[in-house]
Amino acid sequence: MTPLRAGRWLAAIPMAALAIATVYPLVFTANVAMKTRHEYVLDRFAPAEGLRWDAFATAWTSADMGRYLANSLITVTGAVALLLLLGSMAGFALSRLRFRGSRLLFLACLSALFIPFQVIMVPLARTMGQVGLIDTYPGLILAYTAQFLPFTVFLMTGYYSGIPSEIVDAARIDGNSVYGVYGRIMLPLGRPALLSVGILNALFCWNDVLIALLMMPSAEHRTLMVGVTALRGQYSADIPTFAGGVLIAAVPVLVLYLCFQRQITAGVTAGSTKG
Amino acid sequence: MPIGSPPPPAGPAAAGPAGASAPAAAPRAARGPRRGAGGRFPRSERLAPYLLVAPAVLVIAVFRLYPLALGVNFSFTGDGDRNGRAVGWDNYAALFADPLFIASMRNVGLLVLLLPVAVAIPGALATFLYLRVPGHRVYRSVYFFPAVLSPVIIGAIFNLLLAFDGPVNALLGAVGAGPVDWLGDPGVAMFAVVGVHIWATFGMSLVVFLAGFATLDASLIDAARVDGASLPGVVRHVIFPGLSRTIQFVFVTTMIGMLTSMFGLLYVMTGGGPEGSTYLPEYYIWFQQGQMGRPALASAASTVLFGLMLVVGTAQIAVLRRVGRED
Repeated sequence: MTPLRAGRWLAAIPMAALAIATVYPLVFTANVAMKTRHEYVLDRFAPAEGLRWDAFATAWTSADMGRYLANSLITVTGAVALLLLLGSMAGFALSRLRFRGSRLLFLACLSALFIPFQVIMVPLARTMGQVGLIDTYPGLILAYTAQFLPFTVFLMTGYYSGIPSEIVDAARIDGNSVYGVYGRIMLPLGRPALLSVGILNALFCWNDVLIALLMMPSAEHRTLMVGVTALRGQYSADIPTFAGGVLIAAVPVLVLYLCFQRQITAGVTAGSTKG
Repeated sequence: MPIGSPPPPAGPAAAGPAGASAPAAAPRAARGPRRGAGGRFPRSERLAPYLLVAPAVLVIAVFRLYPLALGVNFSFTGDGDRNGRAVGWDNYAALFADPLFIASMRNVGLLVLLLPVAVAIPGALATFLYLRVPGHRVYRSVYFFPAVLSPVIIGAIFNLLLAFDGPVNALLGAVGAGPVDWLGDPGVAMFAVVGVHIWATFGMSLVVFLAGFATLDASLIDAARVDGASLPGVVRHVIFPGLSRTIQFVFVTTMIGMLTSMFGLLYVMTGGGPEGSTYLPEYYIWFQQGQMGRPALASAASTVLFGLMLVVGTAQIAVLRRVGRED
């Protein structure tokens, strides 16, 4: 055995331990959610006596998780659709069309990448309030779009830069207008990038809590993540229901991750290797 | 809206090459707008590029850039009775006289100190994965998973795990160590929250490192192995120099992540307590704006946070410049 190979086996031990440490918190929470309150108080570590779904049902009905889920679906769908539309339009124009000021406009979009939401949240909330968009779905959708658009424009511009100009030229010679090139060529060609960026944006919006807290103050407009933060106070004495509610919010992300792992990691690394 | 709908039929000349090149064109990062040859327009379409860019630029200008200017301006006006009146630097003076804000800045210092740890952990793990530790494929998927979960969910789960009679203390008890009041002890709570943040996000840096490894010249490592180099030797002499850009990139993104994406954890796990020991600037801004009704003071804190971000962002641009030159 070479030293390197021995080192590999040595490394496998802490790595396996870490993998367990990564999975265990979820397993523990799922186990707790299957327990009755009585079981939990007696022994929180022992495996639950059976598959009981009461905690999930209670969280769904009495904690209003169903309504929060609907709120999240509405805002995330709206924001992702808007992000993909605006991002692909701008990305196409900035990468494949020649016009005065394109460089400046690209830099303006890029500079917003360095403005975190925490820096602009006070004036943004005030402005949104003045135009009557606080506590409305369009307001939150717009806030999400503004938050994740620079990233989307950046990635779509990069992706379209890699598509040969000859394709655009050929489509132009065929008599397509600029809009025709966008709709018939760039949108279909951009599908792998749109899928990747769309899933990432869906995750960002779905997981957000700060923007939702600020833009949607009323209880009936809570998104799922804001709903989870409220669970703690509601069910401090009923931990299994609390765990059930948390897991309801985690399951959609788990499914998304299992289906689109490749696209998610591709999107995360797209900005890193070539800067 | 055409998104998601099947592509409309394109002209045969366009459809051929378009279909063929689609899988080849992997996501590539932007280097700035490149002027394609496809950009000569008849007079009637001269405005088309602007119309395509306008919605995105308008949204960014109105909801990102304008609020930034508004906020800086706002930080020089008063709160409450002095609402709207210019107060000079009063808010900043109040800020640096506020023990809570000082505590939040001290915690930023702590984050900077912990930054190397937060970078070293995914770096080491990525190295092992790259060297094909047994089971590396599974590890990669498992490690990344917490990175897609909301901080709110992570925080809620760790509220259970870090409870006084929870699993973490049970594990400590099993090896004979006393229970720790993870979220209730002012000297411990911030470390606990940062630890959870690192646990939740190291998978993100891990895949970035792995993408960097993919650009390494594998024959160098093979050569070192043939020469009988030890694992630490390979890391020091082959992997470290080859990955310097990726390492810099991860440093910057990890710092930005620590400064701007811990709100969810703080909100769920500690609420800034105990005794204000887990405040960070972002939480302080939220607290002054939402709970205390002092938006102008919050704006001053925002401006300070933006200053911090500028320092980090400038470092990032410097790194990107160098990447551009080296290419």
